[in-house]
Amino acid sequence: MALPANHPPETADLAALRAHAHAMRRHMLVMARGPGQGYVGQGLGIADTLAALYFHELRWDPTDLSAPDRDRFLLSTGHYSIALWAALAEAGVFPPEELTSYGADDSRLDMSTLDTTPGVEMIGGSLGHGLGQAVGMALGLRLKGSPARIFCELSDGEMQEGSTWEAAMSAGHFALDNLVALIDCNGIQADGPVVLNMEPVGEKWRAFGFATQEIDGNDLPAVVDALHAARARDGKPHAIVLRTHPGFGLPTLMAREKAHFVRVDSGEWDALMSELDREEANHG
Amino acid sequence: MAETARVFTKANYTRAMGRDEVTGTRPTVDAPFGHALAALGAERGDIVGLTADLGKYTDILPFRDAFPSRFFNVGMAEQNLIAAAAGLARTGFTPFATTYGVFASRRAYDFIAIACAHSAVPVKIIAGLPGLTTGYGGTHQAIEDLGIMRLVPGLVVIDPCDATEIAAATRAAAAHDGPVYMRLLRGKVPVVFAPDGFDFAIGKARLVRGGSDVGIVSTGFMTERAIDAADALAAKGIAAGVLHMPCLKPFDAEAVVNFAGKVKRLVTAENHVVSGGLATLVAETLFEAGITRPLTRIGLPDRFIECGAVPTLQKRYRITADDIAAAATGGNA
Repeated sequence: MALPANHPPETADLAALRAHAHAMRRHMLVMARGPGQGYVGQGLGIADTLAALYFHELRWDPTDLSAPDRDRFLLSTGHYSIALWAALAEAGVFPPEELTSYGADDSRLDMSTLDTTPGVEMIGGSLGHGLGQAVGMALGLRLKGSPARIFCELSDGEMQEGSTWEAAMSAGHFALDNLVALIDCNGIQADGPVVLNMEPVGEKWRAFGFATQEIDGNDLPAVVDALHAARARDGKPHAIVLRTHPGFGLPTLMAREKAHFVRVDSGEWDALMSELDREEANHG
Repeated sequence: MAETARVFTKANYTRAMGRDEVTGTRPTVDAPFGHALAALGAERGDIVGLTADLGKYTDILPFRDAFPSRFFNVGMAEQNLIAAAAGLARTGFTPFATTYGVFASRRAYDFIAIACAHSAVPVKIIAGLPGLTTGYGGTHQAIEDLGIMRLVPGLVVIDPCDATEIAAATRAAAAHDGPVYMRLLRGKVPVVFAPDGFDFAIGKARLVRGGSDVGIVSTGFMTERAIDAADALAAKGIAAGVLHMPCLKPFDAEAVVNFAGKVKRLVTAENHVVSGGLATLVAETLFEAGITRPLTRIGLPDRFIECGAVPTLQKRYRITADDIAAAATGGNA
């Protein structure tokens, strides 16, 4: 079955996207509650981007995940899986009741992505793997004459992997305008706040030949606009530098020490869920 | 070999690559891998080629010239070579990615392990300069690649013997629905096996000849030398068998057990360090099967090897037919 064309930009329903992002954040709190910890900070930070992708920009069909001409979303940071599971559950790929299995033995909603779970396009987690595979997919789909595009999420920390820049070099060289790199700059990595300065981030991507935009990754209308601009097929790969805020939507978590792996006390979850709903009601 | 020139001029290049002086006078085929791949490319539109600035030196140019739109040179970037190949595989292509064995196994290992093997995608990694086939020293001699690669779950590992086997293994690799690491013999490659009726099956040993006195288990171009050694031994009245193991993984343990049971002593011969590769596999196999035979391992030592002319080095490090023959008679080669 042929997938539909891109939604015209003017049809973006920001209120609906915002509702999806909020629902995804609720899904993440449900998931993180099981193990009592997790990469919920990163997930909440990237939620707006995934909502814009899965419910507006991507040409895909949740009932036909292997459609040859589907747009691909690659999650290079496998440990952000909590956000991907939330998006896929929100889109109906998983039943919501499965979310509580996140990170449990024998669950398919792993703490880091494996490609055995439906909707996963690559094994993430060994950082620096995403963009190179995205380059290969972009080459392959172009060779086939497919209209499909590749959206590859990667993180600010991943820019420290040399393989990221090997891939960036080749994306520019091969003029892969069917490739969109989504760089989640949330300012944290395993050892704490970004340990190796990567600024100026946008200049680096421009220097490698990318049409580069820099936006607040938690400003949903800005994310949608940037994705629209990245539809241009003018011989340049696209980069969207997303300045995101770990824990966005939950001031309690955002105020906490910036941590790669958030720990939450068992008694806090109900309060966090209430806070999330309250924040949404106040700002929605 | 003191007279051997240490400078690689065009005139002595073939000799420096260790073919004519050391391995005798068999006919050769030029670039058997590249021509086999080009022929496959005409049959299958899903075959694509990649290299990391070593197209000329890995014999893939016949494919590039035939199918320029299906060939990608990613520059000196071996991680991206394998990552991009994995991405192409995930969009339905069967990529052949060429570089040297040292760079594939040392620089791109994580991508071979995760993006190819763990992901179970049909990327074929073609690895030039195996073992001691270059005089450029430890930076270019892939002396430990088979040991590294055979530990990767799900990866097929092939060390072909000659031009006939390279062509057949290229086809078999393309037909295999999974990742493959294959060592490459490049340039003018000797013909050891007659092409007519030659069949290559992944995971199958090739019994070259039987023998009751001593059995030589070999892989890669060492099988050519094992055959020469067996001929020399036959002239002395010693019946030496040769079992060629082109696949380190999957490993045809049954063939090794059957072969070993029929001989009094064993020699393994590999163009690789003697730990972690063929000799280790043979020893593991026989120990598990409860078969005990005296075993002499011919291969490279546990050290990095200096620069020099290949024939000099191959003699110095005892991987010639004479060394195999000496080991087969119990002498210290």
